[in-house]
Amino acid sequence: MSCMKRLCHETRSHDRLRRTLAVCLRLSRRLLLKMSEERDAAALSGSAQTEGEEDLFVSAMESPEAARLSAEDISPSSNGPKAEPMLLDDDPDDLFAEATEEVSLDSPERQPILSDGPSPVITPVTPVMISSRADVFDRSPDQDEDEEENRDTFDIQISVSDPEKVGDGMNAYMVYKVLTKTSLSIFSRDEVCVKRRFSDFLGLHSKLASKYMHMGYIVPPAPEKSIVGMTKVKVGKEDLSSVEFVEKRRSALERYLLRTVKHPALLKDPDVLQFLESSELPRAVSTQALSGAGILRMVNKAADAVNKMTIKMNESDAWFEEKQQQFENLDVQLRKLHASVESLVCHRKELSVNTASFAKSAAMLGNSEDHTALSRALSQLAEVEEKIDQLHQDQACADFYLISELLGDYVRLITAVKGVFDQRMKTWAKCQDAQVMLQRKREAEAKLQHANKPDKLQQAKDEIREWEGKVQQGERDFEQISKNIRREVGRFEKDRVKDFRVVIIKYLESLVHTQQQMIKYWEAFLPEAKAIA
Amino acid sequence: QQEGLDDGPDFLSEEDRGVSFFFPFLISVLFCLCPPTVDDLCFFFCVFFQSTLPNFKQNEFSVVRQHEEFIWLHDSFVENEEYAGYIIPPAPPKPDFDASREKLQKLGEGEGSMTKEEFTKMKQELEAEYLAIFKKTVAMHEVFLCRVAAHPVLRKDLNFHVFLEYNQDLSVRGKNKKEKLEDFFKNVVKSADGVLVAGVKDVDDFFEHEKTFLLEYHNRVKDASAKSDRMIRSHKSAADDINRIASTLYTLGTQDSTDLCKFFLKVSELFEKTRKIEARVAADEDLKLADLLKYYLRESQAAKDLLYRRGRALADYENANKALDKARAKNKDVLQAETTQQVCCQKFEKISESAKQELIDFKTRRVAAFRKNLVELAELELKHAKGNLQLLQSCLGVLKGDT
Repeated sequence: MSCMKRLCHETRSHDRLRRTLAVCLRLSRRLLLKMSEERDAAALSGSAQTEGEEDLFVSAMESPEAARLSAEDISPSSNGPKAEPMLLDDDPDDLFAEATEEVSLDSPERQPILSDGPSPVITPVTPVMISSRADVFDRSPDQDEDEEENRDTFDIQISVSDPEKVGDGMNAYMVYKVLTKTSLSIFSRDEVCVKRRFSDFLGLHSKLASKYMHMGYIVPPAPEKSIVGMTKVKVGKEDLSSVEFVEKRRSALERYLLRTVKHPALLKDPDVLQFLESSELPRAVSTQALSGAGILRMVNKAADAVNKMTIKMNESDAWFEEKQQQFENLDVQLRKLHASVESLVCHRKELSVNTASFAKSAAMLGNSEDHTALSRALSQLAEVEEKIDQLHQDQACADFYLISELLGDYVRLITAVKGVFDQRMKTWAKCQDAQVMLQRKREAEAKLQHANKPDKLQQAKDEIREWEGKVQQGERDFEQISKNIRREVGRFEKDRVKDFRVVIIKYLESLVHTQQQMIKYWEAFLPEAKAIA
Repeated sequence: QQEGLDDGPDFLSEEDRGVSFFFPFLISVLFCLCPPTVDDLCFFFCVFFQSTLPNFKQNEFSVVRQHEEFIWLHDSFVENEEYAGYIIPPAPPKPDFDASREKLQKLGEGEGSMTKEEFTKMKQELEAEYLAIFKKTVAMHEVFLCRVAAHPVLRKDLNFHVFLEYNQDLSVRGKNKKEKLEDFFKNVVKSADGVLVAGVKDVDDFFEHEKTFLLEYHNRVKDASAKSDRMIRSHKSAADDINRIASTLYTLGTQDSTDLCKFFLKVSELFEKTRKIEARVAADEDLKLADLLKYYLRESQAAKDLLYRRGRALADYENANKALDKARAKNKDVLQAETTQQVCCQKFEKISESAKQELIDFKTRRVAAFRKNLVELAELELKHAKGNLQLLQSCLGVLKGDT
């Protein structure tokens, strides 16, 4: 009996760990919410009303459903605190209860709805269970997106330009001009120009991530922060490296916006529209690392990491497993490629510098050579090498801005894709949790029936109904996110193919140009060399 | 096989290489490989030698010599007073495989972190590099012997004949520490002297001009040689990067599930080929430019040494004159002073005469060598750029056609 108890402890420890963490998180969130409500309430921009009171969760990627859950936490009749005594329950019967909780995805209640992504392994089956409840996930964006995909023209141009420094010292920041030209009707004007700073972009991304990632949408990641780079700019160093840094950032911000609006759902998002159009944007303080939101982000990240380790999902859909493996492999190779390209950029820059220095040296040598024809030839050689050094410099730029940045973007994008798969896992886990809860409520009810306490029995029955609803919702969510992911991955892959094709062809064209110039220079030099007599 | 590398350094005109029938020598240096893992590298050079001159016992024969023996021969020329008036062909550089050995070590250490294909590829690269350095070392030693053979006076040297004919070990040991220290001090003294001598303005315009010219030229060649080395190293590093990119693209191509797989494979193939061309460009630049500069760095040093010797002879002559005047004034040891003065005068005039000719020849050789190498460099660069361009354009055509 005692070793069965121990076994029971151990098999439950995984779930218990997860549930303990979930409780800790809820408590810490409540604390932080109280803290920051006093501080940040005014500064936060208006998002959808459901998130009004939970603005702090903006970066926590919580679904509206979870918001509902948290709302219940705060209400007196929440099952949050009540869950705790259940956790500590040491009933040996629970061992068998756990055993029946393994609900695989194959159960008849859940037939995955086929999306228009790449052909999955499983055969299509018509949905048995269709919820009548209007759900946030089942909105019309689906239909709109199908229409978008059929449209060939993408009628919006965005440019990020004219970086300007505002303020001085450590409070200084760069402001970029964002110009949008479009004929799409959702925009109020044909051409809009606004001024935005880097933290505005980060704020936009964090809002979009919180709204869409849990639904399985791949939200393009924002460019990375760089303390070193920004400090140099703030301090006012006008040297080459800070100019390069600003240019790199400007280019990254432009690519970020273009990718964001390419996504049909994100294009219509009110936050995106506000970002592109409105002249004043409330400052996104929640993007700062040390704000309440920042700390919350870190806590969530830690929780996610633990979750990933402890959730063991029964994957019945081979498509997902295959795709995840593919993205894993792609990630590894892209990182490797990125590193090699960065090394190439570095060596080409070095080559350019060394060629320039050799050119000067050759010119000096030509000067001291006392044979006139040879002297002239050496000077010509110096000129050729100088032109070639410029060629190398330009080529290194092309290497960087075309290939290296593309690879960097895709490495970050794939992290977002992996994040979306993780969201699906989380949704599944939530569904599982709900089923566990439901089972417990049923047992509790069964016990109460024997104990003959009519008032508590009613409450138990109510709870059962509530959890049945949650289970249904969880299953629906899971189906929806799976469907969304299939569609998103399909779109992502199409974009990836297009992006890489376009960029690689442009890059090869740059290489062609370099070689053509080389030929021109050496052809001009050859007669000079032959003229040495 | 590597095309450009078979040519070897061409610092000498056709005549100097002993290929033409004007010179009765044909010397080739073949080469026995020594395992590169041995720390104290001892390379054996097989010197193969043909001659129609009657001085030699046989018409053709071969001996095995070590690098130290070449150095011994060179030093014996330098120390021989008779040859003070000639530019002594610079000694061949010691075989230097340190850089390659380091790479081999790094490759061994990094074996775990790369795929089998990558490792084999890099190993092949390294082997090719080793081979290239071996060939260069051989060529340098050959050039030295050919220059000696081409010189009308030096080719008659006894030590040279012994070097070529004596088929036993010459029992020449490398200089021990004491001797090396002596050499070091000699060089220090020489450079101090050199400054003194250089400071005195020469009566003879020709030599005055040569002095100023050589001092400046030598420094600039040194600088150009160092900078060209660095430039070529960067070029090689960039080619290595392209190699890695090609491998990763290949892996991507085999893994990708979309249309991109064919794309990646094609581009990977392209980069493999362009990488080989880039490596060839770096190797050719090394051969035609860097080696040329290195060689003339050594030659200009040898020419400077000649000027220095002449300067010493001049100083000795002037001192002897002063001593003679003093002796005549005191009327003591006049005959001795006179003989000394005459000897010094003769020595100085002999050196001056041959030095003039040597320096004129040096200029001719230099101009010819630069012309040959610069023309070949430009031709090779053009050839490779055209090859690259053709590969790129044909690949672009295929890729664009696919879409």
